[in-house]
Amino acid sequence: MDSFLKAEGLWFSYINEIEEPPVKTEVLKGIDLDIKKGEFVAVLGHNGSGKSTLAKCFNAINLPEKGKAYVDGIDTSDESRLLDIRQKVGMVFQNPDNQIVATIVEEDCAFALENMGVEPAEIRRRVDEALKTVGMYDYREHAVHKLSGGQKQRVAIAGIIAMRPECILLDEPTAMLDPSGRREVMKTIKMLNRELGVTIVLITHYMEEAAQADRVVVIDSGEIMLDGEPKSIFTQVKTLRNLGLDVPQVTELCYELRQAGVDIPQDIITEEECAQALYKLLA
Amino acid sequence: MAVIKTENLTYIYGEGTPFEKRAVDDISLEINEGEMIGVIGHTGSGKSTLIQHFNGLLKPTSGSVYIDGERLWDDKARLRDIRFKVGLVFQYPEYQLFEESCYKDIAFGPKNMGLSDSEIDKRIKEAAAMVGLKSELLDKSPFELSGGQKRRVAIAGVMAMKPKVLILDEPASGLDPRGREQILGMLKEYYETTKSTVMIVSHSMEDIARYADRILVMNKGRLFCLDETEKVFARADELTAMGLSVPQITRVFSKLKEMGLAIDKEVYTTPYAVKLIMQRLGADQAKG
Repeated sequence: MDSFLKAEGLWFSYINEIEEPPVKTEVLKGIDLDIKKGEFVAVLGHNGSGKSTLAKCFNAINLPEKGKAYVDGIDTSDESRLLDIRQKVGMVFQNPDNQIVATIVEEDCAFALENMGVEPAEIRRRVDEALKTVGMYDYREHAVHKLSGGQKQRVAIAGIIAMRPECILLDEPTAMLDPSGRREVMKTIKMLNRELGVTIVLITHYMEEAAQADRVVVIDSGEIMLDGEPKSIFTQVKTLRNLGLDVPQVTELCYELRQAGVDIPQDIITEEECAQALYKLLA
Repeated sequence: MAVIKTENLTYIYGEGTPFEKRAVDDISLEINEGEMIGVIGHTGSGKSTLIQHFNGLLKPTSGSVYIDGERLWDDKARLRDIRFKVGLVFQYPEYQLFEESCYKDIAFGPKNMGLSDSEIDKRIKEAAAMVGLKSELLDKSPFELSGGQKRRVAIAGVMAMKPKVLILDEPASGLDPRGREQILGMLKEYYETTKSTVMIVSHSMEDIARYADRILVMNKGRLFCLDETEKVFARADELTAMGLSVPQITRVFSKLKEMGLAIDKEVYTTPYAVKLIMQRLGADQAKG
């Protein structure tokens, strides 16, 4: 498979110029990462670990201090290709209030398409389709400010989907949603990935969501600590806890049982696997 | 005694407009002193509208709210005093910090209550200790702190008013797993030491399962139930149908039941699941 997002020895720092002398905070310290076209990658790390900063490097919001970031082979520091990069990589943030620009749902969803110069009839079609995908079609003529947080987030995601980007970076998109909102967003993300082949990078604090990805990358203090399939990552319960992270509840249960001397597989990360293993044990 | 009581509480947004919405519909409930209540409900279910009635931010369209036995809105002059009894911490409270130092920010509420300077000072220190905020941070600007620390300052500002009821809307949202545990653990400690009533609104069923004595479930503006944690999570199918869920562990045990295992108790936390499984394995060994 082709590489789609690539970081090579990537360094990034924030500089606080208000202080005298300016204070430099190193956030990313030599990241090497290669994400293939069509992959679904979850990124974990505690607050302040650098995961959001890294995501912004792949949308050319942040430019590397040292090293390189590439999007589909384009160097993100090439300013002349900025629009290409932004069209290839859509970004969804945690707080929908920060990314909604229009007052009416369908107008907000159409904003990017209008800027891209898409034909009005095509805009209509794509907006309707995107709103249906996130379950907000019935609200297309509603005022955005009257929606709940979860509904706003779905509108924001629809706005990105409508652009048909090749890759979507989602920075804790479900943090403000209720369980059904979370289920819907996760279902949408998986559908975009599995059926439409969109490359997905999902930053999340919900371990159950990360367990659904093809690959999990764990970042701590600006460095990649773990990188692999969900099963191989979540079995490292101790390491994850030391990094301030967690594991899915079912993995935790099996880990605690093993600690107590029970013979149960340690690579359990889904409910189904857990139920099967417990059934074998107890029946 | 009920510290919060509502009778047929109804609230309609935009009454008489095309966007009229019955956000809270005919709710009668009682919350007792010293309870830890979890509040769950899908987005738009009316949770926030309901809790805003508890300290008089919203006036019921019809029905009544009683705080500590006193009916809200009978005497508007009393509203201010009643509000001091119910502390409300909104979602992302760190955005509401505004003072030049953490100390002054926490002092804002107590100052408005007309307390003496020495009492205010005492309360600030107590509240800061309660939320685990180091004393050297008190003189700093809240804007120099990390997100988690800012949130602690904001919560301390409400705790310093010593409300009888502390209500928090999604106090752990946006935090990483360790941050969640710290904030929720801190609230549990506050609840145990002050013996006051604490209400936590959350979308995390796992967190609610671990901390709440009773759960208040809102659905489409109506009160679905207010019951013990175990009894609420026993209604998994109904909860899922209304856009909620039950903890992952509870779903695993319902699956085991479907597969034919006899499990008589609702399981909703990991330690309890471990205990239950170990007991059964022990019993099997004893039999064998």
